[in-house]
Amino acid sequence: MDRIAFDIAHLLAGGLLLVSFMMIYQDRMFALLRVFALHAVVLSLSVAWQAYQQGAAHLYVTAAIALIFKGIVIPTALRRIVQTLGIHREVETVVGVGLTMLAGIGLSALSIVLMLRVTGMADVFTREDLAFALSVVLLGLLMMVTRRNAVSQVVGFMSLENGLILAAAGAKGMPLVVEISVAFSVLIAFIVIGVFLFRIRERFDSVDVSALDEFRGDRQ
Amino acid sequence: MTGLPADPIEMIVALPALAAAVLAVMPGYRWPARLNVLASLATFVAALSLLLTGLPAPGPYLLVDELNIVFIVLNTFVGFTAATFSASYIGHELATGRLTPAYLRFYHAMYQMMMFGMNLALLSNNIGLMWVAVELATLSTVLMVGIYRSHEALEAAWKYFILGSVGIALALFGTILVYLAAQPVLGEGEAAMIWTNLLAKAGSFDASLLNLAFVFLLLGYGTKVGLAPLHAWLPDAHAEGPTPISAVLSGLLLNVALYAVLRFKMLMSANAGAIDPGPLMIVMGLVSLIFAALMLYRRRDIKRLFAYSSIEHMGIIVFAFGIGGPLANFAGLLHMVMHSLTKSAIFFAVGHVAQIKGTQDIAAIRGLTQSHPVLGWGLAAGVLAIAGMPPFGVFMSEFLLISSTFARHPVLALLLVAGLLLAFGALSLRLTGFLFGEPVGSGEPAEASYLPIFAHLGLVLMAGVYLPGPMVAWFQAVARLLG
Repeated sequence: MDRIAFDIAHLLAGGLLLVSFMMIYQDRMFALLRVFALHAVVLSLSVAWQAYQQGAAHLYVTAAIALIFKGIVIPTALRRIVQTLGIHREVETVVGVGLTMLAGIGLSALSIVLMLRVTGMADVFTREDLAFALSVVLLGLLMMVTRRNAVSQVVGFMSLENGLILAAAGAKGMPLVVEISVAFSVLIAFIVIGVFLFRIRERFDSVDVSALDEFRGDRQ
Repeated sequence: MTGLPADPIEMIVALPALAAAVLAVMPGYRWPARLNVLASLATFVAALSLLLTGLPAPGPYLLVDELNIVFIVLNTFVGFTAATFSASYIGHELATGRLTPAYLRFYHAMYQMMMFGMNLALLSNNIGLMWVAVELATLSTVLMVGIYRSHEALEAAWKYFILGSVGIALALFGTILVYLAAQPVLGEGEAAMIWTNLLAKAGSFDASLLNLAFVFLLLGYGTKVGLAPLHAWLPDAHAEGPTPISAVLSGLLLNVALYAVLRFKMLMSANAGAIDPGPLMIVMGLVSLIFAALMLYRRRDIKRLFAYSSIEHMGIIVFAFGIGGPLANFAGLLHMVMHSLTKSAIFFAVGHVAQIKGTQDIAAIRGLTQSHPVLGWGLAAGVLAIAGMPPFGVFMSEFLLISSTFARHPVLALLLVAGLLLAFGALSLRLTGFLFGEPVGSGEPAEASYLPIFAHLGLVLMAGVYLPGPMVAWFQAVARLLG
């Protein structure tokens, strides 16, 4: 194992986790979108590095999708949506940032301990990548749970999905990675178009998802 | 293969895809509706021909084995009857202006798209492909749930979307972990994602990795099944979408997701070192059953009521597979088939009722058996069947499950019976006035298509009275396969 190669992979995957933490304490919508774009760029670098190390040319496609689609197109589109629909520029959270950060640290510790223990058989590259990937996935979930605005939930989902792409790229020789990243991009595009087309702002008066709970058919 | 013009397996996947493409560009609504029925029928026939030709050798992408063949037949059959129902339902929606022709074209294309996704998920021999297919089926149903574009429909679709996406993501992580567990044994690349290879070599996979994978898969696909802590999308999606979609969601999509869980459960039982998935499934099943049974009491909306009943029955089925063993597995499989047939028949009936009365509010509808005898009694029979009354097939499977559970875990059996009784009480409480007594609300005659309702109920009744020998032999073989 090339020491430098491993260190770079480690650095990039760790960087992705770090950016996930940065997303947790953003309280402005535009800042959140910028940090998300950074998340996508780091992911793209990480996947490209894996492609180079594994000699897997198809992973470059995944890296390119991450860079162009999630690093540029989606953040720009979401920015436009926030502007056109006049969504609140603040990110409304359910619990305080401090508590969320603590929960996030707990989740990362948990996933790193868990993954390093169960992946004893796999090679070091894969192990480290998976441990970081699971942390990123869990932080994404945490973000979806602790945010009220639909747009920031979408961002949480996308960061979760970045973690999945990292895991898939790290699993050596895994087929269908490109197809899966395309499928996810389609899914995300649907979500974003959904927010815009269905004018969640207009229909529900705010993109605050708790407002969606107002109407529950048979709730009293 | 015999002298068939094309491979039936490929037809089952290709027909809906082709029909979706044609329907997407076809104007009008009468002919598309007919084409929708026709394409579903052709797919069903292709699936039936599988029964005659016997099981072909598994390919790298598609596979027909003893486990999925009945689900394929069931899936295409209910897809066909639901398309028939949809043709008469949609005409009414168009007449009342709830849907416009442009949306209808979209609706029909999405219907076939969903059938394509489900058939592909059932037939796929590759766990990655299965994941993509389930995602496709989910996406197309999300779009259909939101098709009325009302405040409630959009809320339901959004919630379904977000929860479904999280489920999809977790299932993918589980799939990646399965690949990682398989990769040292089967080598890198495609080979380590092919289901038949996985099952053959599952014994030598790393057990701890497989355990972790199963937890993710159970949570991920379990969200689609509508198991209790992850069920929040299900009632809304059922209540706010068009009723043919409620019928297909309850009758088919939940089964497809559960089928995916079963596939991975087989991997777990093939590995001696892996944890027993049983207790996990028993707990999730029981929680869903009892929670849904209690929720039934406070429902005011008829479609929401039956949506909770679907959660309840999915709980029963997951519980049965959690208990395991030939008898409980048999009961679980039978219950899957019976629930699918019964629940879709109920939704067909409810769809017509809601159209005639112009409301889904249970309190606003009374005395249905008097104002609309055929529809009313059909629904009554469906409710009796779903509540587990003899002589219907649901009674058979529930009885089998209870007796096999009593023999092995008496305490669990008590909880199961308590849940079933609670649900029965709720259904009879909510629906007695709905079905019997003085009619209230619109009494205009029904322009309903009764055939799908009674065909389903007839099959359920037949299964309750007499299960044909080959059917029993098949169920037993698969029950053993599931371990």
